[in-house]
Amino acid sequence: MELVEEILNGDFRAIAKAISMIENDGSEKEELIDRIYPKCGRAVVWGITGPPGAGKSTLVDKLIEQERINGKKIAVIAVDPSSPFSGGAILGDRLRMQEHATDPGVFIRSMASRGHLGGVAGATTDAVKVFDAAGFDLIIIESIGVGQTEIEIIEVSDIVILVLVPGMGDEIQALKAGVMEIGDIYVINKKDHDGADKLEAEVNYMLSLKEGDQTKNPVLLTSAIHNDGIKNLISEIQIYLKNIQESMELQKKRKTRIKQEIKQIFSGKIMYEINKKINTEIMEEWAEAIYNGDISPYSFINKKVQTFLKEQK
Amino acid sequence: MTKKVRVLIAKPGLDGHDRGAKYIARALKDAGYEVIYTGLRQTPDSIVATAIQEDVNFVGLSLLSGAHKELFPKIVELLKENKADDIIVFGGGVIPDRDISFLKDNGVKAVFTPGTPIADVISFIEAQ
Ligand SMILES: Nc1nc2c(ncn2[C@@H]2O[C@H](COP(=O)(O)OP(=O)(O)OP(=O)(O)O)[C@@H](O)[C@H]2O)c(=O)[nH]1
Ligand SMILES: [Mg+2]
Repeated sequence: MELVEEILNGDFRAIAKAISMIENDGSEKEELIDRIYPKCGRAVVWGITGPPGAGKSTLVDKLIEQERINGKKIAVIAVDPSSPFSGGAILGDRLRMQEHATDPGVFIRSMASRGHLGGVAGATTDAVKVFDAAGFDLIIIESIGVGQTEIEIIEVSDIVILVLVPGMGDEIQALKAGVMEIGDIYVINKKDHDGADKLEAEVNYMLSLKEGDQTKNPVLLTSAIHNDGIKNLISEIQIYLKNIQESMELQKKRKTRIKQEIKQIFSGKIMYEINKKINTEIMEEWAEAIYNGDISPYSFINKKVQTFLKEQK
Repeated sequence: MTKKVRVLIAKPGLDGHDRGAKYIARALKDAGYEVIYTGLRQTPDSIVATAIQEDVNFVGLSLLSGAHKELFPKIVELLKENKADDIIVFGGGVIPDRDISFLKDNGVKAVFTPGTPIADVISFIEAQ
Protein backbone atom coordinates (compact mmCIF):
# COMPACT_ATOMS: atom_id res chain seq x y z
CA MET A 1 0.00 0.00 0.00
CA GLU A 2 1.67 3.12 -1.26
CA LEU A 3 -0.72 5.24 0.77
CA VAL A 4 0.77 3.91 4.01
CA GLU A 5 4.26 5.16 3.14
CA GLU A 6 2.90 8.54 2.18
CA ILE A 7 0.94 8.87 5.40
CA LEU A 8 3.99 8.01 7.46
CA ASN A 9 5.85 10.71 5.54
CA GLY A 10 3.17 13.17 6.59
CA ASP A 11 1.87 13.80 3.04
CA PHE A 12 -1.31 15.91 3.32
CA ARG A 13 -3.03 14.57 0.21
CA ALA A 14 -2.47 10.98 1.38
CA ILE A 15 -3.75 11.74 4.87
CA ALA A 16 -6.87 13.34 3.40
CA LYS A 17 -7.49 10.38 1.09
CA ALA A 18 -6.99 7.94 3.95
CA ILE A 19 -9.59 9.71 6.07
CA SER A 20 -12.09 9.60 3.21
CA MET A 21 -11.41 5.90 2.83
CA ILE A 22 -12.17 5.45 6.53
CA GLU A 23 -15.32 7.58 6.31
CA ASN A 24 -16.56 5.61 3.32
CA ASP A 25 -15.74 2.36 5.10
CA GLY A 26 -13.76 1.23 2.06
CA SER A 27 -12.56 -2.33 1.75
CA GLU A 28 -8.93 -1.29 2.24
CA LYS A 29 -9.62 0.49 5.50
CA GLU A 30 -8.76 -2.41 7.76
CA GLU A 31 -5.44 -3.11 6.10
CA LEU A 32 -4.58 0.59 6.22
CA ILE A 33 -5.25 0.87 9.95
CA ASP A 34 -3.40 -2.34 10.74
CA ARG A 35 -0.39 -1.14 8.77
CA ILE A 36 -0.14 2.28 10.41
CA TYR A 37 -1.03 1.07 13.90
CA PRO A 38 2.55 0.28 14.97
CA LYS A 39 3.40 3.95 14.43
CA CYS A 40 0.58 5.20 16.65
CA GLY A 41 0.65 6.18 20.31
CA ARG A 42 2.67 9.37 20.32
CA ALA A 43 -0.02 12.00 19.84
CA VAL A 44 -2.04 13.59 22.60
CA VAL A 45 -5.77 14.00 21.97
CA TRP A 46 -7.76 16.95 23.32
CA GLY A 47 -11.53 16.79 23.06
CA ILE A 48 -13.50 20.05 22.94
CA THR A 49 -17.21 19.94 23.60
CA GLY A 50 -20.02 22.18 24.81
CA PRO A 51 -23.36 23.60 23.71
CA PRO A 52 -23.90 25.01 20.22
CA GLY A 53 -22.37 28.45 19.73
CA ALA A 54 -20.33 28.38 22.95
CA GLY A 55 -17.23 29.35 21.00
CA LYS A 56 -15.60 25.93 20.58
CA SER A 57 -14.25 26.57 17.08
CA THR A 58 -13.02 30.04 18.00
CA LEU A 59 -11.28 28.55 21.01
CA VAL A 60 -9.69 25.82 18.89
CA ASP A 61 -8.44 28.51 16.51
CA LYS A 62 -6.68 30.24 19.39
CA LEU A 63 -5.36 26.99 20.85
CA ILE A 64 -3.81 26.19 17.47
CA GLU A 65 -2.22 29.63 17.34
CA GLN A 66 -0.65 29.22 20.76
CA GLU A 67 0.47 25.63 20.33
CA ARG A 68 2.07 26.49 16.99
CA ILE A 69 4.20 29.00 18.86
CA ASN A 70 5.10 26.13 21.16
CA GLY A 71 6.30 24.23 18.10
CA LYS A 72 3.66 21.53 17.87
CA LYS A 73 2.26 19.96 14.72
CA ILE A 74 -1.49 20.01 15.07
CA ALA A 75 -4.41 18.18 13.49
CA VAL A 76 -8.03 19.14 14.05
CA ILE A 77 -11.09 16.97 13.50
CA ALA A 78 -14.22 19.11 13.57
CA VAL A 79 -17.48 17.18 13.68
CA ASP A 80 -20.84 18.57 12.57
CA PRO A 81 -24.15 16.73 12.27
CA SER A 82 -25.42 15.17 9.05
CA SER A 83 -29.00 15.94 8.14
CA PRO A 84 -31.15 12.92 8.96
CA PHE A 85 -33.33 13.81 5.96
CA SER A 86 -30.92 14.37 3.10
CA GLY A 87 -27.75 12.85 4.55
CA GLY A 88 -26.01 16.08 3.59
CA ALA A 89 -24.21 18.42 5.96
CA ILE A 90 -22.84 21.91 6.24
CA LEU A 91 -19.44 21.73 7.83
CA GLY A 92 -18.76 25.21 9.14
CA ASP A 93 -16.38 24.83 12.08
CA ARG A 94 -13.24 25.42 10.08
CA LEU A 95 -14.52 28.84 9.05
CA ARG A 96 -13.17 30.10 12.38
CA MET A 97 -9.81 28.43 11.86
CA GLN A 98 -9.07 29.44 8.27
CA GLU A 99 -6.10 31.56 9.30
CA HIS A 100 -4.23 28.29 9.70
CA ALA A 101 -5.35 26.79 6.40
CA THR A 102 -2.01 27.21 4.67
CA ASP A 103 0.20 26.46 7.67
CA PRO A 104 2.14 23.26 6.81
CA GLY A 105 2.10 22.33 10.50
CA VAL A 106 -1.69 22.36 10.75
CA PHE A 107 -4.21 19.97 9.20
CA ILE A 108 -7.90 20.69 9.64
CA ARG A 109 -10.50 18.13 8.65
CA SER A 110 -14.25 18.62 8.87
CA MET A 111 -16.26 15.49 9.44
CA ALA A 112 -19.99 14.85 9.20
CA SER A 113 -21.51 12.53 11.78
CA ARG A 114 -23.19 10.41 9.06
CA GLY A 115 -25.83 9.15 11.40
CA HIS A 116 -23.45 8.21 14.19
CA LEU A 117 -24.88 9.26 17.54
CA GLY A 118 -22.75 10.40 20.43
CA GLY A 119 -21.35 13.71 19.20
CA VAL A 120 -18.46 12.42 17.11
CA ALA A 121 -18.38 10.54 13.80
CA GLY A 122 -17.92 6.81 13.35
CA ALA A 123 -14.68 7.57 11.54
CA THR A 124 -13.22 9.79 14.25
CA THR A 125 -11.22 7.14 16.15
CA ASP A 126 -9.52 5.80 13.04
CA ALA A 127 -8.86 9.30 11.70
CA VAL A 128 -7.04 10.02 14.97
CA LYS A 129 -4.78 7.04 14.23
CA VAL A 130 -3.97 8.40 10.78
CA PHE A 131 -2.92 11.77 12.21
CA ASP A 132 -1.00 10.09 15.00
CA ALA A 133 0.93 7.88 12.59
CA ALA A 134 1.55 10.85 10.29
CA GLY A 135 3.50 12.56 13.05
CA PHE A 136 1.08 15.12 14.50
CA ASP A 137 1.90 15.90 18.13
CA LEU A 138 -1.51 17.18 19.08
CA ILE A 139 -4.92 16.17 17.79
CA ILE A 140 -7.88 18.36 18.71
CA ILE A 141 -11.40 17.01 18.26
CA GLU A 142 -14.32 19.43 18.25
CA SER A 143 -17.50 17.49 18.86
CA ILE A 144 -21.05 18.37 17.90
CA GLY A 145 -22.61 20.81 20.36
CA VAL A 146 -23.81 18.69 23.23
CA GLY A 147 -27.27 17.86 24.42
CA GLN A 148 -27.87 15.01 26.81
CA THR A 149 -26.31 12.08 25.08
CA GLU A 150 -23.45 13.36 23.00
CA ILE A 151 -20.74 12.23 25.35
CA GLU A 152 -18.67 9.92 23.21
CA ILE A 153 -15.95 12.56 23.16
CA ILE A 154 -14.67 11.05 26.43
CA GLU A 155 -14.04 7.79 24.63
CA VAL A 156 -11.84 9.36 21.98
CA SER A 157 -9.80 11.91 23.91
CA ASP A 158 -7.13 11.98 26.60
CA ILE A 159 -8.68 15.07 28.10
CA VAL A 160 -12.09 16.70 27.66
CA ILE A 161 -12.50 20.46 27.72
CA LEU A 162 -16.12 21.41 28.28
CA VAL A 163 -16.88 24.90 27.00
CA LEU A 164 -19.78 26.77 28.58
CA VAL A 165 -21.06 30.31 28.18
CA PRO A 166 -22.90 32.70 30.47
CA GLY A 167 -26.53 33.34 29.73
CA MET A 168 -27.46 29.75 29.00
CA GLY A 169 -30.24 30.11 31.53
CA ASP A 170 -31.80 26.77 32.25
CA GLU A 171 -29.47 25.01 29.91
CA ILE A 172 -26.96 24.35 32.63
CA GLN A 173 -29.78 22.63 34.44
CA ALA A 174 -30.39 20.40 31.44
CA LEU A 175 -26.73 19.78 30.93
CA LYS A 176 -26.24 18.68 34.51
CA ALA A 177 -27.86 15.36 33.78
CA GLY A 178 -24.88 13.78 32.11
CA VAL A 179 -22.90 16.12 30.01
CA MET A 180 -21.92 18.38 32.87
CA GLU A 181 -19.92 15.53 34.32
CA ILE A 182 -17.75 14.81 31.32
CA GLY A 183 -15.38 17.73 31.60
CA ASP A 184 -11.82 17.31 32.81
CA ILE A 185 -11.41 21.04 32.45
CA TYR A 186 -14.30 23.51 32.47
CA VAL A 187 -13.99 26.62 30.36
CA ILE A 188 -16.39 29.49 30.73
CA ASN A 189 -15.97 31.28 27.45
CA LYS A 190 -17.29 34.74 26.51
CA LYS A 191 -16.24 36.06 29.87
CA ASP A 192 -16.72 39.46 28.25
CA HIS A 193 -20.46 38.76 28.62
CA ASP A 194 -22.42 39.35 31.80
CA GLY A 195 -22.90 36.45 34.13
CA ALA A 196 -19.54 34.72 33.71
CA ASP A 197 -18.77 34.99 37.44
CA LYS A 198 -22.15 33.60 38.37
CA LEU A 199 -21.72 30.65 36.03
CA GLU A 200 -18.23 30.05 37.42
CA ALA A 201 -19.68 29.86 40.91
CA GLU A 202 -22.40 27.48 39.75
CA VAL A 203 -19.95 25.17 38.06
CA ASN A 204 -17.67 25.18 41.07
CA TYR A 205 -20.62 24.36 43.30
CA MET A 206 -21.68 21.53 41.04
CA LEU A 207 -18.16 20.12 41.02
CA SER A 208 -17.97 20.29 44.81
CA LEU A 209 -20.86 17.83 44.93
CA LYS A 210 -19.04 15.34 42.79
CA GLU A 211 -17.90 12.37 44.82
CA GLY A 212 -15.04 9.94 44.61
CA ASP A 213 -13.11 11.90 42.04
CA GLN A 214 -9.38 12.06 42.72
CA THR A 215 -8.31 14.66 40.18
CA LYS A 216 -9.35 18.26 40.64
CA ASN A 217 -11.20 19.79 37.71
CA PRO A 218 -10.08 23.35 36.96
CA VAL A 219 -12.70 25.95 36.06
CA LEU A 220 -11.28 28.70 33.85
CA LEU A 221 -12.54 31.86 32.23
CA THR A 222 -11.70 32.75 28.64
CA SER A 223 -12.68 35.15 25.95
CA ALA A 224 -11.73 33.29 22.81
CA ILE A 225 -12.35 36.08 20.31
CA HIS A 226 -10.11 38.37 22.36
CA ASN A 227 -7.46 35.70 22.77
CA ASP A 228 -7.82 36.11 26.51
CA GLY A 229 -7.09 33.28 28.95
CA ILE A 230 -5.74 30.92 26.29
CA LYS A 231 -2.20 30.57 27.64
CA ASN A 232 -3.58 29.85 31.08
CA LEU A 233 -5.91 27.21 29.63
CA ILE A 234 -3.04 25.49 27.87
CA SER A 235 -0.91 25.41 31.00
CA GLU A 236 -3.83 23.95 32.99
CA ILE A 237 -4.28 21.29 30.28
CA GLN A 238 -0.58 20.39 30.55
CA ILE A 239 -0.74 20.17 34.34
CA TYR A 240 -3.86 18.03 34.20
CA LEU A 241 -2.33 15.67 31.65
CA LYS A 242 0.84 15.37 33.72
CA ASN A 243 -1.21 14.55 36.82
CA ILE A 244 -3.30 11.85 35.20
CA GLN A 245 -0.20 10.39 33.62
CA GLU A 246 1.53 10.16 36.99
CA SER A 247 -1.53 8.65 38.64
CA MET A 248 -1.78 6.14 35.76
CA GLU A 249 -5.28 7.39 35.06
CA LEU A 250 -4.33 8.32 31.51
CA GLN A 251 -3.00 4.85 30.78
CA LYS A 252 -6.20 3.39 32.18
CA LYS A 253 -8.27 5.69 29.99
CA ARG A 254 -6.38 4.67 26.89
CA LYS A 255 -6.84 0.99 27.66
CA THR A 256 -10.56 1.53 28.22
CA ARG A 257 -10.66 3.26 24.87
CA ILE A 258 -9.10 0.25 23.16
CA LYS A 259 -11.51 -2.04 24.96
CA GLN A 260 -14.50 -0.03 23.76
CA GLU A 261 -13.16 0.06 20.28
CA ILE A 262 -12.45 -3.63 19.84
CA LYS A 263 -15.76 -4.47 21.44
CA GLN A 264 -17.46 -2.35 18.83
CA ILE A 265 -15.51 -3.88 15.95
CA PHE A 266 -16.16 -7.36 17.27
CA SER A 267 -19.88 -6.93 17.74
CA GLY A 268 -20.11 -5.12 14.41
CA LYS A 269 -18.63 -8.11 12.64
CA ILE A 270 -20.83 -10.57 14.49
CA MET A 271 -23.87 -8.47 13.64
CA TYR A 272 -22.83 -8.56 10.02
CA GLU A 273 -22.83 -12.36 10.07
CA ILE A 274 -26.18 -12.43 11.82
CA ASN A 275 -27.72 -10.00 9.40
CA LYS A 276 -26.62 -12.21 6.54
CA LYS A 277 -28.67 -15.00 8.13
CA ILE A 278 -31.79 -13.08 8.92
CA ASN A 279 -32.55 -11.82 5.47
CA THR A 280 -36.13 -10.82 4.77
CA GLU A 281 -36.98 -14.10 3.08
CA ILE A 282 -36.18 -16.16 6.14
CA MET A 283 -37.89 -13.65 8.38
CA GLU A 284 -41.05 -13.91 6.34
CA GLU A 285 -40.97 -17.67 6.57
CA TRP A 286 -40.55 -17.50 10.34
CA ALA A 287 -43.25 -14.88 10.75
CA GLU A 288 -45.59 -16.99 8.67
CA ALA A 289 -45.03 -20.02 10.90
CA ILE A 290 -45.62 -18.00 14.04
CA TYR A 291 -48.62 -16.23 12.54
CA ASN A 292 -50.22 -19.57 11.75
CA GLY A 293 -49.81 -20.55 15.37
CA ASP A 294 -47.75 -23.62 14.51
CA ILE A 295 -45.19 -22.64 17.12
CA SER A 296 -44.58 -20.12 19.91
CA PRO A 297 -42.05 -17.33 19.41
CA TYR A 298 -39.57 -17.96 22.24
CA SER A 299 -39.16 -21.70 21.89
CA PHE A 300 -38.93 -21.26 18.14
CA ILE A 301 -36.26 -18.56 18.30
CA ASN A 302 -34.28 -20.41 20.95
CA LYS A 303 -34.07 -23.39 18.61
CA LYS A 304 -32.95 -21.15 15.78
CA VAL A 305 -30.26 -19.59 17.97
CA GLN A 306 -28.95 -23.05 18.87
CA THR A 307 -28.77 -23.98 15.19
CA PHE A 308 -27.02 -20.72 14.36
CA LEU A 309 -24.38 -21.20 17.05
CA LYS A 310 -23.75 -24.77 15.94
CA GLU A 311 -23.24 -23.62 12.39
CA GLN A 312 -20.55 -21.18 13.52
CA LYS A 313 -18.36 -23.88 15.04
CA MET B 1 -21.79 3.27 4.33
CA THR B 2 -21.42 4.73 0.88
CA LYS B 3 -19.17 7.29 -0.66
CA LYS B 4 -20.32 10.84 -0.08
CA VAL B 5 -19.80 13.73 -2.44
CA ARG B 6 -17.88 16.53 -0.71
CA VAL B 7 -17.99 20.09 -1.98
CA LEU B 8 -16.02 23.13 -0.87
CA ILE B 9 -17.91 26.38 -1.30
CA ALA B 10 -15.42 29.21 -1.15
CA LYS B 11 -15.44 32.94 -1.68
CA PRO B 12 -12.23 34.33 -3.07
CA GLY B 13 -11.79 38.04 -3.54
CA LEU B 14 -12.70 41.01 -1.47
CA ASP B 15 -16.44 41.47 -1.73
CA GLY B 16 -18.31 41.17 1.52
CA HIS B 17 -21.48 39.39 0.50
CA ASP B 18 -21.92 35.71 1.15
CA ARG B 19 -25.66 35.33 0.85
CA GLY B 20 -25.33 33.59 -2.51
CA ALA B 21 -22.62 31.27 -1.24
CA LYS B 22 -24.61 30.39 1.86
CA TYR B 23 -27.69 29.76 -0.22
CA ILE B 24 -25.90 27.32 -2.49
CA ALA B 25 -24.23 25.64 0.49
CA ARG B 26 -27.63 24.96 2.03
CA ALA B 27 -29.13 23.77 -1.24
CA LEU B 28 -26.27 21.32 -1.77
CA LYS B 29 -26.65 20.05 1.77
CA ASP B 30 -30.34 19.43 1.08
CA ALA B 31 -29.29 17.52 -2.03
CA GLY B 32 -27.31 15.18 0.23
CA TYR B 33 -23.78 16.52 -0.19
CA GLU B 34 -21.27 17.33 2.50
CA VAL B 35 -20.50 21.01 2.10
CA ILE B 36 -17.47 22.69 3.62
CA TYR B 37 -18.05 26.38 3.98
CA THR B 38 -15.10 28.67 4.69
CA GLY B 39 -16.48 32.18 4.69
CA LEU B 40 -15.43 35.40 3.05
CA ARG B 41 -12.20 36.65 1.53
CA GLN B 42 -10.31 33.43 0.98
CA THR B 43 -7.03 33.51 -0.89
CA PRO B 44 -6.37 31.02 -3.71
CA ASP B 45 -3.74 29.39 -1.50
CA SER B 46 -6.10 28.85 1.40
CA ILE B 47 -8.84 27.56 -0.91
CA VAL B 48 -6.51 25.00 -2.44
CA ALA B 49 -5.06 23.94 0.93
CA THR B 50 -8.60 23.51 2.24
CA ALA B 51 -9.71 21.52 -0.80
CA ILE B 52 -6.81 19.13 -0.28
CA GLN B 53 -7.22 18.66 3.47
CA GLU B 54 -10.96 18.19 3.13
CA ASP B 55 -10.50 15.82 0.18
CA VAL B 56 -13.39 17.39 -1.71
CA ASN B 57 -14.60 16.28 -5.11
CA PHE B 58 -15.64 19.79 -6.12
CA VAL B 59 -14.67 23.36 -5.41
CA GLY B 60 -17.44 25.87 -6.02
CA LEU B 61 -16.22 29.46 -6.23
CA SER B 62 -18.55 32.34 -5.69
CA LEU B 63 -17.57 35.85 -6.60
CA LEU B 64 -19.25 39.19 -7.12
CA SER B 65 -16.36 41.59 -7.31
CA GLY B 66 -15.25 40.89 -10.86
CA ALA B 67 -11.79 39.48 -10.22
CA HIS B 68 -12.87 36.06 -11.49
CA LYS B 69 -10.57 36.23 -14.52
CA GLU B 70 -7.50 36.23 -12.31
CA LEU B 71 -8.71 34.26 -9.29
CA PHE B 72 -10.53 31.29 -10.85
CA PRO B 73 -7.70 30.23 -13.20
CA LYS B 74 -5.19 30.80 -10.40
CA ILE B 75 -7.01 28.28 -8.24
CA VAL B 76 -7.16 25.75 -11.08
CA GLU B 77 -3.43 26.21 -11.59
CA LEU B 78 -2.60 25.80 -7.90
CA LEU B 79 -4.62 22.60 -7.73
CA LYS B 80 -2.60 21.26 -10.64
CA GLU B 81 0.66 22.26 -8.97
CA ASN B 82 -0.41 20.32 -5.91
CA LYS B 83 -1.31 17.23 -7.96
CA ALA B 84 -4.95 17.76 -7.10
CA ASP B 85 -6.31 18.51 -10.54
CA ASP B 86 -8.80 15.67 -10.19
CA ILE B 87 -10.78 18.14 -8.07
CA ILE B 88 -13.41 19.78 -10.28
CA VAL B 89 -13.74 23.56 -10.15
CA PHE B 90 -16.95 25.40 -10.93
CA GLY B 91 -17.87 29.00 -10.44
CA GLY B 92 -20.78 31.28 -9.93
CA GLY B 93 -21.50 34.97 -9.69
CA VAL B 94 -22.07 37.95 -11.90
CA ILE B 95 -19.90 36.87 -14.79
CA PRO B 96 -20.29 38.38 -18.25
CA ASP B 97 -20.90 35.95 -21.12
CA ARG B 98 -17.64 36.83 -22.85
CA ASP B 99 -15.68 35.73 -19.76
CA ILE B 100 -17.38 32.38 -19.45
CA SER B 101 -15.58 30.76 -22.36
CA PHE B 102 -12.30 32.25 -21.12
CA LEU B 103 -12.85 30.61 -17.73
CA LYS B 104 -13.79 27.29 -19.31
CA ASP B 105 -10.64 27.38 -21.42
CA ASN B 106 -8.75 27.86 -18.20
CA GLY B 107 -10.01 24.77 -16.46
CA VAL B 108 -13.22 25.96 -14.82
CA LYS B 109 -15.63 23.16 -15.60
CA ALA B 110 -18.88 25.12 -15.39
CA VAL B 111 -20.03 28.64 -14.69
CA PHE B 112 -23.41 29.48 -13.20
CA THR B 113 -24.75 32.99 -13.47
CA PRO B 114 -27.32 34.46 -11.06
CA GLY B 115 -30.76 33.00 -11.57
CA THR B 116 -29.50 29.57 -12.56
CA PRO B 117 -31.84 27.07 -10.92
CA ILE B 118 -30.09 25.10 -8.22
CA ALA B 119 -31.23 21.91 -9.96
CA ASP B 120 -28.81 22.74 -12.78
CA VAL B 121 -25.91 22.85 -10.35
CA ILE B 122 -26.96 19.54 -8.87
CA SER B 123 -27.32 17.83 -12.23
CA PHE B 124 -23.87 19.20 -13.16
CA ILE B 125 -22.41 17.58 -10.04
CA GLU B 126 -24.27 14.35 -10.63
CA ALA B 127 -23.04 14.18 -14.22
CA GLN B 128 -19.37 14.15 -13.25
N1 LIG C 1 -18.41 37.91 22.84
C1 LIG C 1 -17.75 36.79 22.54
N2 LIG C 1 -18.11 36.09 21.44
C2 LIG C 1 -17.43 34.96 21.17
C3 LIG C 1 -16.35 34.50 21.97
N3 LIG C 1 -15.90 33.35 21.45
C4 LIG C 1 -16.64 33.10 20.35
N4 LIG C 1 -17.56 34.07 20.17
C5 LIG C 1 -18.55 34.18 19.10
O1 LIG C 1 -19.55 33.18 19.28
C6 LIG C 1 -20.05 32.73 18.03
C7 LIG C 1 -19.97 31.22 17.94
O2 LIG C 1 -18.61 30.84 17.95
P1 LIG C 1 -18.11 29.43 17.42
O3 LIG C 1 -16.65 29.37 17.71
O4 LIG C 1 -18.55 29.19 16.04
O5 LIG C 1 -18.92 28.48 18.41
P2 LIG C 1 -19.04 26.88 18.38
O6 LIG C 1 -19.21 26.43 19.78
O7 LIG C 1 -17.89 26.31 17.63
O8 LIG C 1 -20.38 26.68 17.57
P3 LIG C 1 -20.95 25.31 16.93
O9 LIG C 1 -19.80 24.56 16.35
O10 LIG C 1 -21.91 25.80 15.90
O11 LIG C 1 -21.62 24.58 18.05
C8 LIG C 1 -19.22 33.44 16.98
O12 LIG C 1 -19.93 34.54 16.50
C9 LIG C 1 -17.98 33.88 17.73
O13 LIG C 1 -17.38 35.02 17.17
C10 LIG C 1 -16.00 35.28 23.12
O14 LIG C 1 -15.08 34.97 23.87
N5 LIG C 1 -16.73 36.41 23.35
MG1 LIG D 1 -17.91 25.01 15.98
